[in-house]
Amino acid sequence: MTEMLASEKIEDIEIRLLLEALFLKYHYDFRSYAMASIKRRLKQAREQLGFTTFSAMQESLLRDPDMLPQMLRFLTVQVSEMFRDPSYFKAIREKVVPHLRTYPSIKVWIAGCSGGEELYSLVILFREEGLEERTLFYATDINPEALKTAEAGIFALDRLQLFTENHRRSGGKSSLSDYYQAAYGKVTFDKTLRRNVVFADHSLVTDAVFAEMHLISCRNVLIYFDRDLQDRALGLFKDSLARKGFLGLGAKESLRFSRHAGAFEDFVREEKLYQRRGD
Amino acid sequence: MTIEPEAVVIGASAGALEALSAILPALPAGFRMPVLVVVHVPPDRRSALAELFRAKCKLPVEEAEDKQPITGGTIYFAPPAYHLLVEVDRTVSLSSDEPVLFSRPSIDVLFETAADAYGPALIAIVLTGANQDGARGLKAVVEAGGTAVVQEPATAFASAMPEAAILMCPSANVMSLGAITQYLKEV
Repeated sequence: MTEMLASEKIEDIEIRLLLEALFLKYHYDFRSYAMASIKRRLKQAREQLGFTTFSAMQESLLRDPDMLPQMLRFLTVQVSEMFRDPSYFKAIREKVVPHLRTYPSIKVWIAGCSGGEELYSLVILFREEGLEERTLFYATDINPEALKTAEAGIFALDRLQLFTENHRRSGGKSSLSDYYQAAYGKVTFDKTLRRNVVFADHSLVTDAVFAEMHLISCRNVLIYFDRDLQDRALGLFKDSLARKGFLGLGAKESLRFSRHAGAFEDFVREEKLYQRRGD
Repeated sequence: MTIEPEAVVIGASAGALEALSAILPALPAGFRMPVLVVVHVPPDRRSALAELFRAKCKLPVEEAEDKQPITGGTIYFAPPAYHLLVEVDRTVSLSSDEPVLFSRPSIDVLFETAADAYGPALIAIVLTGANQDGARGLKAVVEAGGTAVVQEPATAFASAMPEAAILMCPSANVMSLGAITQYLKEV
């Protein structure tokens, strides 16, 4: 048993060293992520990339730049859904959009956009509400491959049934099929949806404010961070939002424990939509 | 040297309500350990599990929140559509990683991370269910020196899950619901 505990410890040391190497060599900083999840993902990476130890993975990562995208794939890629939690998008449509309408130009930030599901959901919603023309969308992620996927706007056909149902339940005013073409088991979303989208590499861990936003949507990203890092990201959102700007988080994320809680008020509490205070 | 157990994790699927109703309400008010529970529930619904059991149990019952410290004598349910993980510092994390064996929350994910956090001081219990979830997690618990408990398949509403767990962990203690409850009260 002591042997077992000892070997566990070595693995934890190796993981810390691996994350340190990833940061020092490539400036990707996962050191303040919630570890249980990182460890699971790294174990999957180790198994599927054919390494026996994390130390061997570290050596390969340091000397072979081709390893980086492979590891990032395990560490960052999220499978999401378009209009995931339809009631969230319904609340944006019914409660947030009326406020946004009063602005001559609108900026929206999808932080941690991953494969683009949330981005396309919001662009379609804004088009349906007649706001797309005057809106600039920033879609950011730390993984360049995810950004490429998001930019391509291609999804597996078998996911569309769920997306369509979610869209309908979110109060969609058009048919989702108006926005894509299906071929060979894939659907490609209309490139006009990307007219007002800027895709950019941005890290909530190491990068700073880059524009003043009216709506920030960042869902199921913060749960992967530890408390301190959650606070850093929330501080970044706070500083990026215009007075009375809106912040949307994932269904199980909350400002409650954050030191920035005082800068926001509940806007639609059950949907985790917050509004930046005016002062 | 016996190691004092510090936490209980439970996984259940088909037939979970009835099985958990035999165990959780029977835990006495002074129960010392936290109990973390994963039940396979449909993703698109707000889960009523915590509410349901709050009314029945002597212990406080909560739906686990991200980064919440784990407190002894409290029952935590995984929220629908999120994995429930235990951090080494004895807090919980949620994740929306891909489903494991079509399940999110996944019993394996809870058990594997709890095994990592609690090592030999963990009791893991696999109850009724119609799939294989929990077997791999239970193996991780055993490998970390923890105690594995499985509901007697013949007494389970669905026997596949306990059977898979026993197959992967032959050393597991196989018990009826009544015996599991008694064991938890005495341990």
